[in-house]
Amino acid sequence: MQKKGKSQVVRYNKWGYFFLLPFIIVYVVFQLIPLVNTVYNSFFENYRSGLSQIGPNFVGLANFKTIFTNGDILKYTQNTLIMWVLGFVPQIIVSLLLGAWFSDPSLRLKGQRFFKTVIYLPNLIMASAFAMLFFTLFSDGGPINSILMSLHLVSSPYRFMSHVWSVRGLVAFMNFVMWFGNTTILLMAGMMGIDTSLYEAAQVDGATSTQIFYRITLPLLRPILLYVMITSLIGGLQMFDVPQIFTNGTGDPVRTSMTLIMYLNKHLFSKNYGMGGALSVFLFVITGVLSLIVFRLNRIGNKD
Amino acid sequence: MKRKMLSVLLTAAMVAGLTVAAAAPACAAEAEGDTLNIYCWNEEFKTRITDHYPGYEEVDATTGKIGDVTVSWNITPNQDNAYQNNLDENLLNGSGIDIFLVEADYALKYVNTDFTVPVSDLGLTEEELANQYQYTKDIVTDSNGALKGVSWQGCPGVLIYNREVAKEVFGSDDVETVQAKVADWDTFVATAAELKDAGYKVVATANDTYRVYSNNVAVPWVDSENMIVIDDNIKKWAEDSKALVDAGETETFELWSDDWSKGFYPDGKVFAYFGPAWLIDFSMAADTEGSIANMGGWGAVEGPQGFYWGGTWICGAAGTDNPTLVADIMRQMTTNPDVMKEIVLQDNDFVNNKPVMEELSTDESYGDAVLGGQNPLAMFCAGAEKIDLSNISAYDQGCNEEFQHAMKNYFDGNASYEEALELFYTAVQEKYPELSHR
Repeated sequence: MQKKGKSQVVRYNKWGYFFLLPFIIVYVVFQLIPLVNTVYNSFFENYRSGLSQIGPNFVGLANFKTIFTNGDILKYTQNTLIMWVLGFVPQIIVSLLLGAWFSDPSLRLKGQRFFKTVIYLPNLIMASAFAMLFFTLFSDGGPINSILMSLHLVSSPYRFMSHVWSVRGLVAFMNFVMWFGNTTILLMAGMMGIDTSLYEAAQVDGATSTQIFYRITLPLLRPILLYVMITSLIGGLQMFDVPQIFTNGTGDPVRTSMTLIMYLNKHLFSKNYGMGGALSVFLFVITGVLSLIVFRLNRIGNKD
Repeated sequence: MKRKMLSVLLTAAMVAGLTVAAAAPACAAEAEGDTLNIYCWNEEFKTRITDHYPGYEEVDATTGKIGDVTVSWNITPNQDNAYQNNLDENLLNGSGIDIFLVEADYALKYVNTDFTVPVSDLGLTEEELANQYQYTKDIVTDSNGALKGVSWQGCPGVLIYNREVAKEVFGSDDVETVQAKVADWDTFVATAAELKDAGYKVVATANDTYRVYSNNVAVPWVDSENMIVIDDNIKKWAEDSKALVDAGETETFELWSDDWSKGFYPDGKVFAYFGPAWLIDFSMAADTEGSIANMGGWGAVEGPQGFYWGGTWICGAAGTDNPTLVADIMRQMTTNPDVMKEIVLQDNDFVNNKPVMEELSTDESYGDAVLGGQNPLAMFCAGAEKIDLSNISAYDQGCNEEFQHAMKNYFDGNASYEEALELFYTAVQEKYPELSHR
């Protein structure tokens, strides 16, 4: 009798695995195998020169050595992080502010739905189309320069594309505009999940709205903030389409706006699986390390 | 083994084709494959075939018929290397390509491989091709000296100048006066200063002159040891252009950008462009009211050095099952003087046939409205004879693109010449990992 019951439990468990199967198959085929393959490829010299295939020849860690010794990778990592931070800082500040306003019932904001839709809209435009638009707006003879000149702010067109910080700034600004709506909605969802009785209690105790924000909203929002930071960090490290289109794939001036993925894309021309693989492995490792750091920092804060 | 079998088969088919062809061409076509696969990147060749190849019938947008053979067009746009990527995969996997088209910048990539058949193997003789311009053959001649493709067009370029500006600054818009002002690069740079004082830019961007310099190099981009070499004329382009940009006599725009094409209108204040017949006729906004081209305000002179821009070559793919038809298309489209003349008169193309072009160049009735009625053909003919392309390499496309990108940083003052050169080396070695530099 007992034995029979036990086997029935096992049979139910089997159904659990069965329902997990689609995910596992998709994961293995589209994630795990490519991942392992990438690591495997990174140990080979394997590219195409014209129509002739070179390799694959096993070269050990030679690809990694090339990547690190020519020093480019540090430069591109730095570019990527600079542009991410430039975009992320204003994004998180504006999103927190908007989120706090939208979720504060005492403000009774009118037209919330409208504004929530509007701030999300830039995200619906294709990133490449958005970059193309900015490219045209800020070209030497483009509308922004015409406006600046007719206002007599500059005497000759300002070359936005030829200065390091104007290019990086514009890339960061585009990412900010595209993503702050999304972040706002995530943070707002987190804020609305906070028990309103806490706010009422604080108000009864005479706390100011600044105090409420720093002492109640922020600490309770920590898990969502952590999520937003890590996803944005991963997204930021994979920054590609905006700077690619905006600088026509060159990362100019002098490759100061070239991101890691743009660099990876450069190896596509020669179908260089070896170098591409090595670069991807590097990217995988730093994404992991940086995410871990963000996670850790947040946990330390939590213990205080 | 498979390839060997294939070549045996191919030779057999060809010999059979040739012997039968002498008696009954229609039968030969039947003995060969019933589909002709053509790979190209735009509609140009298809339009030429439709309009000029005897016996071609259009079925729909991507298929046609020549006798009993179905012609299947595989058109992949050039953007982001898509055409070459697609072509490479299909050539490597042997998917029955019969004809594919190539451009000069990367012709050697295909010509120097066994994927292309020498035209002599298809039955085209040297005498038949004698009237073609030498440079069009240089581009598609492989390292063993075998000709692997043919072209129906020649694209010699000229300096296209703004007549109004010439009158204002030089006092006359005669061909002689203007040519004297741009006879060589030093004079050209001096003239740029003169134009600047009058408020004009000599060319729209430094990239305008790039081709003219790069077509006149003494050594190829890559030497026999796979080392990248910077030719003196390329270096001179960088030096001259830096001087022009620093003096405010030109800009650093990309070709085809909106800023570049502003000079097609009087307000753009640009003195000259460099280009071949197709640029004059199709790209300078001749149909737009108010453009200089629309008013016939351009003139043409030879300029400092001869050069070419563009052009399409027809290559026969190894393993084609329609060798007779491929040969006939090449013959009709690139050597038949009647077809050639028809193309000039109907499509304003500059064709790859010396007698036809020379005849038309002295024809008083032929004039180009964009050039104020000037007949530029004599100039084009002279230019086409002068082009020397013995120094091209399979890496030209990547090297030319990346050199211009890298030097933009030098012109804009963001890098020294040496730093820009380093940037160029980095970019080229990313594209071609087998190369190195000194």
